[in-house]
Amino acid sequence: MGRSCIEKLWDAHEITDLGDGSSLLYIDRVFLHERTGSIALKSLEASGRRVRNPAQVFCTMDHIVDTFPGRTDQTLMPSGTDFITATREAARAAGITVFDLGDPRQGIVHVIAPEQGIAYPGLTLVCPDSHTCTQGALGALAWGIGSTEAEHAMATQTLVVRRPKTMRVVFDGTLSHGVTAKDMILHLIATHGADGGVGYAIEFAGPAVRNMPMEARFTLCNMAVEFGAWTGVIAPDEITYEYVRGRPYAPSAEHWESAETCWRSLVSDDDARFDAELRVNVADIVPTVSWGTSPQHAVGIDETVPDPATEKDVNRRQLMEKALEYMDLKPGVPLEGIPIGAAFIGSCTNSRLSDLRNAAAIVKGKRVAEGVRAIIVPGSGQVKAAAEAEGLDKTFVDAGFEWRESGCSMCFFAGGENFGLETRVVSSTNRNFENRQGPRTRTHIASPTTVAASALRGALTDVRKLV
Amino acid sequence: MEKFTQLTAIAAPIRRINIDTDIIIPSREMKRVSKQGLGEGLFAGWRYTKPGGREENADFILNQPPYREAKIILTSANFGCGSSREHAVWALHEWGIRCIIAPSFGSIFQGNCVRNGILPVVLDDEKVVELVNWVEQDAAANQLTVDLVAGKVSAADHIEYSFSLSEADREMLLNGLDAIAVTLKRADEIAAFESRDQKQRPWAYPQRPAP
Ligand code: SF4
Repeated sequence: MGRSCIEKLWDAHEITDLGDGSSLLYIDRVFLHERTGSIALKSLEASGRRVRNPAQVFCTMDHIVDTFPGRTDQTLMPSGTDFITATREAARAAGITVFDLGDPRQGIVHVIAPEQGIAYPGLTLVCPDSHTCTQGALGALAWGIGSTEAEHAMATQTLVVRRPKTMRVVFDGTLSHGVTAKDMILHLIATHGADGGVGYAIEFAGPAVRNMPMEARFTLCNMAVEFGAWTGVIAPDEITYEYVRGRPYAPSAEHWESAETCWRSLVSDDDARFDAELRVNVADIVPTVSWGTSPQHAVGIDETVPDPATEKDVNRRQLMEKALEYMDLKPGVPLEGIPIGAAFIGSCTNSRLSDLRNAAAIVKGKRVAEGVRAIIVPGSGQVKAAAEAEGLDKTFVDAGFEWRESGCSMCFFAGGENFGLETRVVSSTNRNFENRQGPRTRTHIASPTTVAASALRGALTDVRKLV
Repeated sequence: MEKFTQLTAIAAPIRRINIDTDIIIPSREMKRVSKQGLGEGLFAGWRYTKPGGREENADFILNQPPYREAKIILTSANFGCGSSREHAVWALHEWGIRCIIAPSFGSIFQGNCVRNGILPVVLDDEKVVELVNWVEQDAAANQLTVDLVAGKVSAADHIEYSFSLSEADREMLLNGLDAIAVTLKRADEIAAFESRDQKQRPWAYPQRPAP
């Protein structure tokens, strides 16, 4: 019987089957960041253990660092400096590579791991961060872990992992103009629920995925965790190989041929079996925006805020009621036209060069609406530099956006910078949880182009009218 | 790690689907590079009246007697979804929680529980509702018993539900094992895999980038 891409990746890393549904897997790469990695490194040190192979471990500073121009180790978040210095010291002592503040390669972990060629097809990669699934877009098995597991991975180069069920999500058809990978994944989660993928590793497949550039694939896989999945994977193809080739840590010319031969064999066999399969025709998808406090609370921009009274499931109904209260919205109100106070483009979901290009095309020559705070945070130092080389920074600044240094920034509220009490934000990030972007901040997640269009109008906007 | 074998305790129903780790411990409450001192920030957004404040919200269940003494949480599907922050589990543990009963869990969170002495019990939603109904009649008196050896949750003598856990997780909790020490018993096997693998997948091992 044939095997799926996920099974092939699993089998290639299985040291032993532990016989209870879990296996000991070999871990090729560990990536850390200053918020959760600092504790893992410190705790490992305190236990008297060592990082088994420092060359396979990397670290960045992205979560807590400020993103203002001219930033230093000082942070708006009280005690943020402690995280930065503790991480730096522990990482140096362990001999691992750090993409520190001031390093042009610094950036959000899930942006820079692929960008530096540290993540590529055929690998296992873990990070104490739930959005590690982003990197599965390269045809790697990449997933988020806790700090204690990160210690385990560093000390042993392995993890004990429960074998997931497999699901294939097939995206057929062609995306309409103005609709993006972000809308696809929001649509999927809204249709099947934030727990629709619990217990599964998901392969995203189908013509709409094959036609997708690499950066959009990252966006798609990024939110696999918001679907409850253990991780998401896209089998590698020519687009993947082109993306990886020549990156600093990618396989060298000497090893490239054997790498590519192996990668080509990772594609799911025709007779591979999946425990579940979903099919979506992407032509049916419109720009999608969240209205509530769970990623499953999302609808098309041309729809209205749903009415909990129509939801049969009592658990879901209660969650909808709480969400409406938190978001200060009423059922039946059209999404389009809901006034916003802020607009944010950034995060590991949507802060890559293509995201910034697409957003810039919308705002070029226009102005952000009066009273709207609009911010762009590139996903990495390299994205920032590339955008500046094209003059995108100027386009954004002229339109009234702030142009920042790279980092997670206000994707989440760490205790420092935030959007303010009850501000309504349209955001290219991945989580609209209560208080995620600040105390009582009301988040609407959307594609970067929807964010850009909404910033101009000062209200949630159907981007299709502007492209 | 602390062992988990058997527990009889007050259970607090916190029923809402998709309770994420940002709710369990908001980021702003993760102030130090430490696993300690997080209990105070548990459910901070719900537990206190103001963001960052410490004035208790009397409506929140864990602020009410007898639930202040709860060691078990009865909750809904997808508990602990979202951010991987192990701080959520450290906060629950420090506050006093030792067992969480839900129809499903966020996968990273579930793993984090097992590594910190908290037992995640998966039961169908209808069964959780049964337990909630019974507990709510008189929470102080109607305590639940969770027995990992027998794999059973019981309430007095009229409710008994079985649950399962992977053998590795069960062993770890029952014996309070250190997962790294367990794995390191296989150090030779790991080294053998690695040296074989380096020949088969030379491209998978990192090279220093060209300067
Ligand atoms: S950008 Fe946001 S979601 Fe992504 S790693 Fe940073 S904090 Fe997490």
